[in-house]
Amino acid sequence: MANIISDETIEYVGILAKLELSSEEKEQAKKDMGNMLDYIDMLNQLDTEGVEPMSHVFPVHNVFREDVVTNGDGHEKTLANAPARKEDAFKVPKTVE
Amino acid sequence: MNLMSLTAVELGKKIKAGEVTAVDAAKAALEQIKKLDGEYNCYVTVDEEAALREAEEVQKRIDAGELTGPLAGVPVAVKDNMCTEGTLTTCSSKILYNFRPTYTAEAVLNLKKAGAVVIGKTNMDEFAMGSTTETSHFGPTKNPWNPEHVPGGSSGGSCAAVAAEECAFALGSDTGGSIRQPSSFCGVTGIKPTYGTVSRYGLIAYGSSLDQIGPVCKDVTDCATVLEAIASYDPKDSTSVKRESYDFTSALVDNVKGLRIGIPRDYLGEGLDPEVREHILAAAKTLEEKGAVIEEFDLSLVEYAIPAYYVIASAEASSNLARFDGVKYGYRTQEYTGLHNMYKKSRSEGFGPEVKRRIMLGSFVLSSGYYDAYYLKALRTKALIKQAFDRAFAKYDVILGPAAPTTAPKLGESLSDPIKMYLGDIYTISVNLAGLPGISVPCGTDKNGLPIGLQLIGDCFQEHNIIRAAYAYEQTRAYERCAAAKAQD
Repeated sequence: MANIISDETIEYVGILAKLELSSEEKEQAKKDMGNMLDYIDMLNQLDTEGVEPMSHVFPVHNVFREDVVTNGDGHEKTLANAPARKEDAFKVPKTVE
Repeated sequence: MNLMSLTAVELGKKIKAGEVTAVDAAKAALEQIKKLDGEYNCYVTVDEEAALREAEEVQKRIDAGELTGPLAGVPVAVKDNMCTEGTLTTCSSKILYNFRPTYTAEAVLNLKKAGAVVIGKTNMDEFAMGSTTETSHFGPTKNPWNPEHVPGGSSGGSCAAVAAEECAFALGSDTGGSIRQPSSFCGVTGIKPTYGTVSRYGLIAYGSSLDQIGPVCKDVTDCATVLEAIASYDPKDSTSVKRESYDFTSALVDNVKGLRIGIPRDYLGEGLDPEVREHILAAAKTLEEKGAVIEEFDLSLVEYAIPAYYVIASAEASSNLARFDGVKYGYRTQEYTGLHNMYKKSRSEGFGPEVKRRIMLGSFVLSSGYYDAYYLKALRTKALIKQAFDRAFAKYDVILGPAAPTTAPKLGESLSDPIKMYLGDIYTISVNLAGLPGISVPCGTDKNGLPIGLQLIGDCFQEHNIIRAAYAYEQTRAYERCAAAKAQD
């Protein structure tokens, strides 16, 4: 069955993905996502009843360590990458009125 | 003598013997880049001064007897998704166009400890999303065997740089075939190790449960030697695995007597170019003549790997790429109204179309109401694919097949139909889903003179089997250099 992606869905996914698409990009995205989901729907031919979802091929577990600082003070190097900085902070638009 | 015609291990031997210095080697690589990279665009960044400075330092340590390993003084190219302290690391994306990491990736650090000299950062599909290196913000890389064709992707810059001899060897990364497929297209050898073998610390994540760093080289000996240098248990990567052994070079033995090799019938069917098929079967015959036991079998589920992969990889990408927001590093849009508008505009202007397509798909399959139907379904499919490989490896030591269904397509032919491009990953992708090691070795060229790659897949942690089979096969045919490289002799 062909997947039809609505304007609302693309709008909603755009919010989740933090992307602002132009109207042309939105039309293309609707088409691309519909095609991709049609293709992905092939998985429904597979009976996966009772199969546990496998997120990792090996058993994974939390890796803990003592909370000890091992690296030096890198704040100047880190801030050197900032698109905008003010003294020792990253500068961003006002977030709280 | 053209130093760039040597393999990494051969060059390392000459440096060790004092016949040439690390500085000579670095200069030879930089010279070759100047001559050829204008045409092939393998590199995003070449820092000549830093490379020569590093080579001088390394040579001092070689002279002092501190560096004695096989890669000491050998020039390496690193894919531009691995962090290198102070050197631009862009992932071939506008959003990281000016990013200088504050630390170096563990795999690269391991190479530096072995004395390898980083010569530059190689071009790739943006954030490793693509199969042709055409989604790079910095323009496509061209295939040194024929510049009208793509080098494959996403590690296209690394593979083309090795083929064009613009470095002695390179590092790539493989999420769905991104080392093996471009190795196949460029006529070089590349290994994707077992998941967890090489630390992902400092590798800019695409699909974290699938990503692995691996070597791209002229031959199997180089690959095993480089893998031995970069593999390590790293507490900084929570998925790093403590292996029983980090020795890979002892598998370089020309003996496949009794090695059980299975060829999945599913890998030889529809969609496979007849010339590729012919070469793959001829390679299998060669291994059989050398004493391997060859059998065809049904692997099953092969066609489900691609849809499962695109759900899982896109889901992980949508989460991993959420960090690029124009706040702490990288591109920030010029004009904006408020914080959220700044995020959205920076991301929309900074990411290219393929990256946006995957972030959108990933956000969708993880969203409430679709998570079970798409994401969990894909993870269940992954479990079944893993089981199919487990059954196969109960009977065989190695699975043999093509790395890609065709040779390199022409530039400009792939991006217009994403699903068709994704289908090109059919023989490589399931290997990542199951966490297995795989290698692509050259096994000839088609009628247009484009290279064909033989893929050998092993069970988890059984790199020895595929290295042994690849090495034994390689002894039957000399490394074939592309014309552009030979012209520099």
